Amino acid sequence: MVQQTSQFNADHVLDVKNQLCPLPVIKASEVIQALASGQVLHILATDPGSKADIPAWAEALGHKLLKQEAANGVFEYWVQKG
Amino acid sequence: MTETLEKLGLSLAEFQKLHAEAHNETGKKRLAIVASKGSLDMVYPPLILATTATALGWECGIFFTFYGLDALNKKKYKGLKVAPLGNPAMPSPLKGLPVYVPNLVGAIPGMTFIATALMKRWMRKANVPSIEQFVEMAHQKGVKLIACSTTMGVMGIKKEDLLPEADIQGAAAFLHFASKATVTLFI
Repeated sequence: MVQQTSQFNADHVLDVKNQLCPLPVIKASEVIQALASGQVLHILATDPGSKADIPAWAEALGHKLLKQEAANGVFEYWVQKG
Repeated sequence: MTETLEKLGLSLAEFQKLHAEAHNETGKKRLAIVASKGSLDMVYPPLILATTATALGWECGIFFTFYGLDALNKKKYKGLKVAPLGNPAMPSPLKGLPVYVPNLVGAIPGMTFIATALMKRWMRKANVPSIEQFVEMAHQKGVKLIACSTTMGVMGIKKEDLLPEADIQGAAAFLHFASKATVTLFI
């Protein structure tokens, strides 16, 4: 079940730990603009709302959520720009 | 249909494009919010929702009316307050201690100041941006910050009292904007 993170070579890492809604989604929107289509953004968050917010945000903008996982209170997401 | 288009000299694709433009069906969702309250706790929700909407690629406008207009008032927006009186949801300043503080204590002079200071401290500790930071962020992200012209007239607020980002409009202009919204909220 657990996939190797190295499988997704992140082109950019966004650390929004200790930040609450709406900042994770807003910052993700800002940094993904600089990426090219197909590149991967790796997001690290601690807001439990991000578990629903990041997938909804990715779907709304046509990005692909490759993978998400949670460990030790940190939620990680790999989003491929659409 | 085909004959009509021929008469107009339009292809079907051209017609569909014009139709979509006329009905704001360009695919962009739109959020229209009425912000009617001017207390610290009630100004956050419209700003949070509006900035989130822009992150989702939506268009967004907030109509600041009555006390809500304080959020665009240069002299007031940094000093919005939250009152403990009549607000049973307000956490006790002795958070964590099992002490019951009667709501009426909120009537003592200075309690609003204390409650406001506490709430601002909790917000800072949680890394939540201040109201002025949120207003600036909303503006930068293209949220229309609309000041209600009637409120300005009633409360004697001048254009110079408002932030330069404020766009002064009446109810008709806002309703026209909101009539093409996907989501409308009154806060």
